Amino acid sequence: MEKELKKTALYDVCLAAGGKMVDFHGWLLPVQYEGIIAEHKAVREAAGMFDVSHMGQIYFTGKDAYKFLQSVATNDYKLEAGRGAYAHILNEAGGIIDDIIAFCLNEEEFLVVVNSAARDKDYAWFKKKAEGFDVAVRDASDEFSMLALQGPKALDYLEQLDPCIKQLKRFWIKKVSLFGADCYVTRTGYTGEDGVEIMGPHETIKELFKWCLSNGFKPCGLGARDVLRLEAGYLLSGSDMDESRNPYEASCGWVVKLNKEQDFTAKDIMARVKAEGVKERLMGFKVKGAGIAREGCAVYKDGKKIGSLTSATYSPLFKAIGAGYVPSGIQDGDAVEIEIRGRLVAAQAVKMPFYKNI
Amino acid sequence: MYDQEKCKFAKTHEWAFVDGDTATVGISDHAQHEISDIVFVELPQKGAQVKAGERCCVIESVKSASDIFSPVSGEVVEVNESVTADPSLVNREAHGAGWLFKVKMSDAKELDSLLTFEDYKATL
Repeated sequence: MEKELKKTALYDVCLAAGGKMVDFHGWLLPVQYEGIIAEHKAVREAAGMFDVSHMGQIYFTGKDAYKFLQSVATNDYKLEAGRGAYAHILNEAGGIIDDIIAFCLNEEEFLVVVNSAARDKDYAWFKKKAEGFDVAVRDASDEFSMLALQGPKALDYLEQLDPCIKQLKRFWIKKVSLFGADCYVTRTGYTGEDGVEIMGPHETIKELFKWCLSNGFKPCGLGARDVLRLEAGYLLSGSDMDESRNPYEASCGWVVKLNKEQDFTAKDIMARVKAEGVKERLMGFKVKGAGIAREGCAVYKDGKKIGSLTSATYSPLFKAIGAGYVPSGIQDGDAVEIEIRGRLVAAQAVKMPFYKNI
Repeated sequence: MYDQEKCKFAKTHEWAFVDGDTATVGISDHAQHEISDIVFVELPQKGAQVKAGERCCVIESVKSASDIFSPVSGEVVEVNESVTADPSLVNREAHGAGWLFKVKMSDAKELDSLLTFEDYKATL
């Protein structure tokens, strides 16, 4: 029997707004509404909203919450209350289990936002690693719905709802009462545009979705989200990085803070990898010839296969783009070829991001 | 170029409009709607031989590539350069200016196995 697909609490309102629903890692989510190009344009030029309720929220609570987070995450969480940071979670061999954004709510409480597809794996890993720490690890994902509100006009629109939203600094979190219930607002996103993500009780976020729909936000689906994130150079956990890759190979060395005061999983290996350098690393590619590269397409240099694409898409801004692991000798600007349906098409290696606006 | 009453449809969503021994081929409005934003069209070469039911070109949207199957066999005698230059033309006028290519048919009997618009509609 087929496993029943999960619906977010916003399923009905997404459907009513014209969402075309697809199976995304077991969740029924809108892949698009009006169309990916129109939705992409809305986010780059005005404001778009995405139901991201499938994402996971895990609390670390207790006297050792800070120490524990420091020990499982690569970035440095020596942060004042209200701040957050992006990090990787590594296995003992230094492979990437997932990427997270964790926020310091107070000294003894952190909120960790994880990818939906990795939620169970992350939770099990945290539970396992929490032994010996005075910390409670709690998966609160089912208590939250989540909306991503993104675009250059997003904060202006949201100012009408609550003026404090616009004042929030990048990567900070604030508890805000919306429609009578406490929600977490974070100045974060996965589009390369300014904006926030709001987590809260299901009915409240549903109200927020309806409010946004009549206050300037265009509903956008997973299709546009994937194009926007790749243009912005954000990696997709499970595709662009997994447990066979380390952060340096993923061109994310900046999230590994070897000098933070606390030891963390695979720190020694990371120190060695950094010192020795990597054989392969993730690069961006722009297709120059005719055709659109797709995930899995092989990358060639001087007639020899050197790698393959882990993500690729048509981009309204750059035509056809992709990302993939290639030998670290490949530099920004190098001419390569990408095999598209049996044909080698001219392409150029580029340092990501393709697009930068924040 | 396109006449709903005279056009024949393949289950794979292509239409063929026959004038003499030449068939103009396009995709159905239903297909363009399903494919969504069309951003790239790779047409067959002029002079190429195509076979009924075989993949002969590709239409790509932002996130996917769709194979297009020729509804009839024969030689490609003309391709629509307008859709190569502006692929969204297929979205706007799938049943007209967004036609793809013309085939000089080698076996007109193949048309008998294609569907009328009404029958095609019933398969959707």
